Amino acid sequence: MKILLLFWVFFKIGLFGFGGGLAMLPLMYQSIQQFGLMEQAEFSNLLALSQVTPGPIAVNAATYVGLNYAGFGGAVSATIGVMLPAFIIMLIVSRMLDKYKTNRIVQGAFEGIRPVTVGLVASAMIFVSQGVLVKGSLISMSMFTGGMDYYNPIAILIMVVTVVLMLAVKARPIIVMLAMAGVGALLSGTGLMT
Amino acid sequence: MSMGGQNNNRARVCLRLFWEFLKLGLFTIGGGMAMIPQMQRIAVEDNKWLTDEEVIDCIAVSQSLPGIVAINMATYIGRKMAGFPGALCATVGVGLPSFVIICIAVLLLDNLSDNPWIVGAFAGVKAAICGLLIVTVMKLGKPVLKSPFHWIMMIAALAAIAFARVNAVWVILAAALAGILWSYITGAKSHKEDGRDRQ
Repeated sequence: MKILLLFWVFFKIGLFGFGGGLAMLPLMYQSIQQFGLMEQAEFSNLLALSQVTPGPIAVNAATYVGLNYAGFGGAVSATIGVMLPAFIIMLIVSRMLDKYKTNRIVQGAFEGIRPVTVGLVASAMIFVSQGVLVKGSLISMSMFTGGMDYYNPIAILIMVVTVVLMLAVKARPIIVMLAMAGVGALLSGTGLMT
Repeated sequence: MSMGGQNNNRARVCLRLFWEFLKLGLFTIGGGMAMIPQMQRIAVEDNKWLTDEEVIDCIAVSQSLPGIVAINMATYIGRKMAGFPGALCATVGVGLPSFVIICIAVLLLDNLSDNPWIVGAFAGVKAAICGLLIVTVMKLGKPVLKSPFHWIMMIAALAAIAFARVNAVWVILAAALAGILWSYITGAKSHKEDGRDRQ
């Protein structure tokens, strides 16, 4: 029963959550409360762990809650539950898009959507950078009034080196990320970066 | 080509999809949006699964549908390349690392977020992802930002989402409407261009 409940709860989270991982966490919190799947204190562990481990945040969170509530079987059913809606909906929608690709209205819509998507990715950079490149929110008055303490110079340097590596050497993103993970671990482990 | 050959080829594509999306799920921290630079690289540059324009459509559609963005992107590309089996392989591939790593993390490393080496590694990756996203914006923007209309749309979207915290779904819906209107306003002109393209 526990395993079925997990599947159903996470299927609903996957179905009604728009905007991916971070935007889905509040919805997840409500459902966890409603069904008593987890202690409140445990939720902050979930937040931390699902954001620092690799992979889609919502999948991380589902696996964590499932494992906590009903062991390995629970982890499997929560994870499948949260992934399934996106999978089914995208199968249907991309099939429809194939069919109406040449329709004038659909083409017009994409003419507007494409530049907006570029803006969307640019805003993702702003969200990812918060708490990493700067302490706190990137878009705030602290940008001008916070002084040097507000910025994280090592992280900014890593970002700049990444851009240079990508443009000048056409380095592979995975290699760059692994290298910067090593740099970050060394600096933090030896106490040079906090 | 014989049926056997086709099946063989499709199985190979499925395997490739699984492997590439497994790496995508394994090496990106910060969720779906952080995956875009690496996804752009594997889908457009490495495997030629999508064109410059198709990868933008993939991101746009994935963002505007409910559910996990990474799963949406995996399903979109997987289905395009190898139908339902391809969609399944890509989706399982992108989700599997999360599942395995969380299971291991919960069982073995209770204090994962207290270890300075691990915290530092994650901070390094996140800083690198900021740089990767900047490069990706340049790559995605190049084929798309062709006129003042496109530039205005891009900047307006950035302002709405990053500054005014408008939900991305509304921004995409508004953009679709603006695009339809724009295509009707400039209709006569682009119709002529369409005609020329077909010849």
